[in-house]
Amino acid sequence: MAIKASLLLLVFLSSTIVSFSLYEDQVGLMDWHQRYIGKVKHAVFHTQKAGRKRVIVSTEENVVASLDLRHGEIFWRHVLGTNDAIDGVEIALGKYVITLSSQGSTLRAWNLPDGQMVWETSLHSAQISKSLLSVPINLKVDKDYPILAFGGGYLHAVSAIDGERVLQPPESSIIYVLGFLHSSEAVVYQIDSKTGEVVAEKSMVFPDGFSGAVSSVSSDKIVVLDSTRSILVTIGFLDGDISFQKTPVSDLVEDSGNAEILSPLLSNMVAVKVNRRTIFVRVGGEGKLEVVDSLSDETAMSVSLPVADDQVAFASAHHEGSKIQLMVKLVDDLETVLLRESIEMDQHRGRVDKVFINNYIKTDMSNGFRALIVMEDHSLLLLQQGAIVWSREEGLASVTDVTTAELPVEKDGVSVAKVEHTLVDWLKGHMLKLKGSLLLASPEDVAAIQEMRMKSSGRSKLTRDHNGFRKLFIALTRAGKLFALHTGDGRIVWSMLLNSPSKSEACERPSGISLYQWQVPHHHAMDENPSVLVVGRCGSDSSAPGVLSFVDVYTGKEISSSDIGHSVVRVMPLPFTDSTEQRLHLIADTEGHVHLYPKTSEALSIFQREFQNVYWYTVEGDDGIIRGHGMKSSCAGETADEYCFTTKELWTVVFPSESEKIISTLTRKPNEVVHTQAKVNTDQDLLYKYVSRNLLFVATVSPKGAGEIGSVTPEESALVVYLIDTITGRILHRLSHQGCQGPVHAVFSENWVVYHYFNLRAHKYEVTVVEIYDQSRAENKNVWKLVLGKHNLTAPISSYSRPEMFTKSQSYFFAQSVKTIAVTSTAKGITSKQLLIGTIGDQILALDKRFVDPRRTLNPSQAEKEEGIIPLTDSLPIIPQSYITHSLKVEGLRGIVTAPAKLESTTHVFAYGVDLFYTRLAPSKTYDSLADDFSYALLLITIVALVAAIYITWVISEKKELSEKWR
Amino acid sequence: MDKGKAVMGAGRRWAVDFSDQSTVPSSRDILDPPGFSRASPEQDDSATSRQKKDAEATWKLQQKAWEVAQSPFKNLMMMGFMMWMAGNTVHLFSIGITFSALWQPLSALQSVGKIFESFKDNKVELLMPKLVFLALNLGGLALGIWKLNTLGLLPTHASDWVSSLPPPQEVEHSGGGFAFH
Repeated sequence: MAIKASLLLLVFLSSTIVSFSLYEDQVGLMDWHQRYIGKVKHAVFHTQKAGRKRVIVSTEENVVASLDLRHGEIFWRHVLGTNDAIDGVEIALGKYVITLSSQGSTLRAWNLPDGQMVWETSLHSAQISKSLLSVPINLKVDKDYPILAFGGGYLHAVSAIDGERVLQPPESSIIYVLGFLHSSEAVVYQIDSKTGEVVAEKSMVFPDGFSGAVSSVSSDKIVVLDSTRSILVTIGFLDGDISFQKTPVSDLVEDSGNAEILSPLLSNMVAVKVNRRTIFVRVGGEGKLEVVDSLSDETAMSVSLPVADDQVAFASAHHEGSKIQLMVKLVDDLETVLLRESIEMDQHRGRVDKVFINNYIKTDMSNGFRALIVMEDHSLLLLQQGAIVWSREEGLASVTDVTTAELPVEKDGVSVAKVEHTLVDWLKGHMLKLKGSLLLASPEDVAAIQEMRMKSSGRSKLTRDHNGFRKLFIALTRAGKLFALHTGDGRIVWSMLLNSPSKSEACERPSGISLYQWQVPHHHAMDENPSVLVVGRCGSDSSAPGVLSFVDVYTGKEISSSDIGHSVVRVMPLPFTDSTEQRLHLIADTEGHVHLYPKTSEALSIFQREFQNVYWYTVEGDDGIIRGHGMKSSCAGETADEYCFTTKELWTVVFPSESEKIISTLTRKPNEVVHTQAKVNTDQDLLYKYVSRNLLFVATVSPKGAGEIGSVTPEESALVVYLIDTITGRILHRLSHQGCQGPVHAVFSENWVVYHYFNLRAHKYEVTVVEIYDQSRAENKNVWKLVLGKHNLTAPISSYSRPEMFTKSQSYFFAQSVKTIAVTSTAKGITSKQLLIGTIGDQILALDKRFVDPRRTLNPSQAEKEEGIIPLTDSLPIIPQSYITHSLKVEGLRGIVTAPAKLESTTHVFAYGVDLFYTRLAPSKTYDSLADDFSYALLLITIVALVAAIYITWVISEKKELSEKWR
Repeated sequence: MDKGKAVMGAGRRWAVDFSDQSTVPSSRDILDPPGFSRASPEQDDSATSRQKKDAEATWKLQQKAWEVAQSPFKNLMMMGFMMWMAGNTVHLFSIGITFSALWQPLSALQSVGKIFESFKDNKVELLMPKLVFLALNLGGLALGIWKLNTLGLLPTHASDWVSSLPPPQEVEHSGGGFAFH
């Protein structure tokens, strides 16, 4: 018996502790991965030598990458940390890429062809300041000219070969350094480049103060703006003498407003943006300024580029209608236009933001130009000979919010995708698959099978499928562009820039904040297309007026947009929809009013009905206060309309500021589906989950411990977590971890919270699970009452009924640092859950919820083992096969979004960072469908063979019987 | 008798019908052979034997009926053994056995009339065997249900009734959090 039991247990365990894993040939079948680099800040072309032409770029996502100039593919790419912003990128010695990052404190050299790091030097820095990188253009490659890097108040000369500080530069010269002190004093240092000694120093006070960007026009002159932004100041520092020369902008152009110096470096010229125009100002020999040209605003300019015959050219690009005008002019002679091209441009790319040019010698020995342009939506395009050679949608590297949307239903008779295979093809395919499953396939067959699976059965069709595997992920990027990505193959179905140039003047550049599902018709209003709501804001200030934009999901067209005339502090989707299935939303403004959307009388009547039951809360992280508000009345005042409501403060939770600082808050996802309220233990014991959407998880740490890990001693730091009811402000649970520190990454689902933090005493990361149960319903255990339905378990509950509750919690060590945690979600909430842990290595680990179950004990009983309770271990296992990203990395991982498919077993997982990754997961395996590679042909053949065998044996037995009878 | 006459009537000169058991000699034309005593001394005896035979048959039937009635007992024992072998975990084997243990008594109970039809006789007492049969089959059924219960497939716990209940609706709704940056 014991043997039998243990055998059974073995079979059971071996079948249950399965991790999600793939076979090699399943990679790419349902997952896709896209690599991006982000919005380009600097670009350096490398086209001198024959061979691969490339461009080295550094981006705002802290990526340094080498791109193929012909196709735009990434040769190599390095994602530096989030705190390691790149300040400058240059090519040195023709073979190294030099980057200066972290406010000028880290200098690195990368090998140009393959991107391997050659050396890294930490530069000493004392204070935060602007950083500059200067690589002298040297014609003689073998001579080691030092790289000059400025950062943190220090100027460093570093050898390009090994990154060591240079002591013996090849020749002595004077380096002029001009700096500003307290933005009102100019200082010039003359430094001997051989010894690094300051030869001379001179400073001069400019009483009006400086502001804005600096444009260095020549080797001894720079132009800045004064603090009023109305006077251009030319600073000459010839031979260590400083001279100021003021020229009011109004002398140059009439009716001038605030001016702004554009940063591109043009020799003897400065570009100033004023009055929505860009003017070019030539700086004369004696500091005389004269306007030589003016262009419409929104003109992007490149830095100047030396072309043949000691001439210097620059490129400018601006919009004219739906086209982009790209011009390359000589700096000295603005009348000479070397190149004028106009290129048709998708208006959803917005305006031109940056231009980088590069020249090449054409076959007829004339100069040709190629331009790398960065658009307003962060996309990167290469223009050459009046055409777009390639483009990269780099906006997708900075996704800020994601939601899902359904695809249109396939209509009868309208074939959106290609016609299905013919029967012969189908049979052929299945025969191939059969061969594969019987291990008879040749390598070519295997390749053919793989190819067939990759593009199998319309996975990229633009219609809804039966299982809900085809969906759209709508992503909002930092540039304010919406992208609809297809789950099948990750392609962009449509994209839409919120601030396209055709928009009204009232709000020129709204920035997108967040995305909501506005209308999801599935019972009523089926003829309407679903739509999403994009909440944006005109300007970066939190009191800036908000903008709402409604976008049709099927077509990607904006249905309508409105300036709402009040600020947007918080958006709250309500659990009510009107008759056209538009969801009601409340938007809170800075004055403590809330506004109801949509502004229809129907929505208003729905809201009036639930008026007393709607609450909202604010978290003031700096003050450590959480406030709860209830609805009070309609707004008074002349600007108010009937959709505006005032609120009253109901409760406050004040955390002691000397000991606790809020670092993280979290609620359940509002659209999460929970299947049952009961949790059944091994001995049929019943626990009632406390499933509430009005629970807020708050984590606080001691103010000292809010810094980096290890910056405090265990005695000084404590982590406290709370569960707060957001209706009544009641603290339902408080748990304190002494000697622990943030950052806290948490996930909240059903009735449990799992959070990740650092334990300073153990020097390890820990994961704690807290499960919340309702004690007040625990008496509902009489079977007969339940059979007869005499219970109140499904009656609506109120937070004011003060339910009693108890929690169960358990902690484990976890070996990895975590960037984000998410949890799988399925259509009905029946399938068991998996935690999706975005690790520091930019991978995603799927961990069964069973591993973070407070019921785990050291020695689980037989029954508990059979139920699947895993013996308690001190740390959570990291099974390499359960990385859902398998061999890939989602560089710069920031968030993971899960969405249910129609099939209960399956969930969509979308991870975003610099890269994008999508896969489909089945946490309990696909128990409700056959596998993709299920061989129907084999099944058919088996059936046919069986029928044939039955028939044959029947015939034989008949014959035999007959002969028996004749005997 | 009639037969004998009929035979004679067909032209035979004489015939003795040994099977004629009538004691009246006058009805014959010829005398009985010497030594043949028509007056059977076992006349009584045969009647009793016939009765005895009948009783025996009835007894046998009864016995058989009892045997049939008790047959589920063996089944029961067998089932019990199989169930013990199958163990208490839910898998194909144990479920198969449990369902056959449920199905056999049910089908037997359905066809109880048919089974005892062959013993139908006024003299055979069938009530008791039927009752025993029923009782044993009900016992088998109970065993099956008990097994079902030990497998945890019977909704006898509160958990079985609560698991399908969705979480209750909430009266209040709230939202909020950090302000947008």
